[in-house]
Amino acid sequence: MRISSFCAVIAAVGVLLAGGASLSEELITLRNGLSIDQEAAAPPLPKVENHDKRRVRNFAEQPPTIPHTIRGYEVTRNANKCLSCHSRIQTGESQAPMVSVTHFMDRDNQVLATVSPRRYFCNQCHVVQEDVKPLVNNDFVDVELMLRNSEAPQ
Amino acid sequence: MMGLIRKAWGLVVWIWSTASRPARHLSIGFLALGGFFAGVMFWGGFNTALEATNTEAFCISCHEMENNVFQELKTTVHYSNRSGVRASCPDCHVPHDWTDKIARKMQASKEVWGTLFGTIDTREKFLANRRKLAGHEWERLKANNSLECRNCHSPEGMDITVQSVRASTAHQTYLFTGEKTCIDCHKGIAHELPDMTGVPGWQ
Ligand code: HEC
Ligand code: HEC
Ligand code: HEC
Ligand code: HEC
Ligand code: HEC
Repeated sequence: MRISSFCAVIAAVGVLLAGGASLSEELITLRNGLSIDQEAAAPPLPKVENHDKRRVRNFAEQPPTIPHTIRGYEVTRNANKCLSCHSRIQTGESQAPMVSVTHFMDRDNQVLATVSPRRYFCNQCHVVQEDVKPLVNNDFVDVELMLRNSEAPQ
Repeated sequence: MMGLIRKAWGLVVWIWSTASRPARHLSIGFLALGGFFAGVMFWGGFNTALEATNTEAFCISCHEMENNVFQELKTTVHYSNRSGVRASCPDCHVPHDWTDKIARKMQASKEVWGTLFGTIDTREKFLANRRKLAGHEWERLKANNSLECRNCHSPEGMDITVQSVRASTAHQTYLFTGEKTCIDCHKGIAHELPDMTGVPGWQ
């Protein structure tokens, strides 16, 4: 009895240590291999992409990312700089894509005359992009690819 | 009371009769020269005062400007950018041509009046008046074809090949053709905007 509980404690400590080690290894990679009391040099701030080319969306409902800078663009109760180009009536002059019809819908899918209040603050859903390496690998597979693979004979 | 008024009137009459009497002991040359130097001093003083009131420090010495517009300017590209060229208040708000400058100063005196009598002495009052104040600036820049912007940015100097596609298309279509001027498209580049309902191109 005594010996077995002693073994259990040893095993538990071992598991904890192993877990702790793998945890700290991950932390170390995120901290550039520096210990907790040292401050890693911050990487240079990447620039916002401003190439004006639309990016492929990962799935149909994805809010497209913004292909241009939005520095200083005011979106407040007073003014909405985005809509000064993307609203239906402004697209002739700005040649920007119009906000899609979902932006006019309230939560009962009623299409309103103007952009719905829940779609007013564009940056809730749309973001600019920077050319950076992802810190964590992503194994997302595009649904088109998945379909094509499943159709192919096994 | 009546005595006081009569005394004051007497003083006025005396000053006028002295000032309007021809000078008996001074040569015409002295008078002309004196007048000339007085003129120079006045002119110089006037221009010095004009220059002194033409600095950012002067503009934000009144707290309405320091607390509202200046704080907002600090976050924009015209206050901090990669080339370190800064636009200060008079760069955008005071015309560089002398007659225009005087005209703007006389207009600005009205705004000093506003400070003295508290038309915009709180954030709330300032915001309530903001649409009107911004409107004055838009009208002025529209009327002078965005002269102040052009003191630093010239369309001729723009290399559209290094501009973004959005910028170069807009500039080629509307700016170079003279159809629109800077302020038509670039409102709110230095400060937060007022309620834009009813402003063409917004909402
Ligand atoms: C000066 C006009 C202008 C303003 C202001 C503007 N846009 Fe755009 N936007 C465009 C144009 C033009 C495009 C098309 C691609 C390009 O040229 O960049 C575009 C593309 C986009 C796209 C990509 C659409 C797609 O199908 O991939 C999104 C999303 C977008 N803008 C969001 C915004 C948001 C959010 C704001 C405000 C923070 C904003 N835009 C402000 C002109 C503008
Ligand atoms: C609640 C999230 C949300 C908000 C807020 C929002 N959008 Fe979107 N937006 C989306 C989604 C999701 C899509 C893609 C699917 C669709 O069209 O509904 C989209 C699509 C777009 C597109 C591409 C339309 C097309 O037909 O290619 C543009 C442009 C756009 N949004 C601009 C804006 C602007 C400008 C605002 C602010 C006025 C805004 N969006 C606010 C979620 C949002
Ligand atoms: C004192 C000179 C000066 C004046 C006056 C001036 N600007 Fe600028 N402007 C600059 C500088 C400097 C930059 C930043 C350049 C850079 O990115 O390094 C700039 C940047 C800009 C930008 C680019 C903004 C961005 O986010 O990249 C716009 C648009 C602009 N100015 C419009 C205007 C308009 C409109 C006016 C008139 C109301 C004006 N400027 C008056 C010097 C000036
Ligand atoms: C038809 C509208 C229009 C007019 C008129 C116009 N601009 Fe622009 N300008 C734009 C758009 C759209 C952009 C790109 C989006 C942005 O920077 O917000 C832009 C961008 C800029 C930039 C940044 C360039 C870059 O590549 O980032 C500067 C600087 C600028 N404008 C200055 C001016 C000046 C100065 C004038 C007047 C002599 C002027 N613009 C007139 C629409 C206009
Ligand atoms: C780059 C140009 C620029 C600079 C620098 C600038 N302004 Fe302005 N200012 C404008 C424009 C353009 C407007 C018209 C409203 C708008 O579009 O935001 C304006 C509007 C104003 C208004 C009217 C109220 C409002 O906010 O619309 C006041 C007051 C003002 N400016 C004061 C100042 C003071 C004080 C400074 C210096 C701290 C300053 N401005 C610097 C361009 C500039």
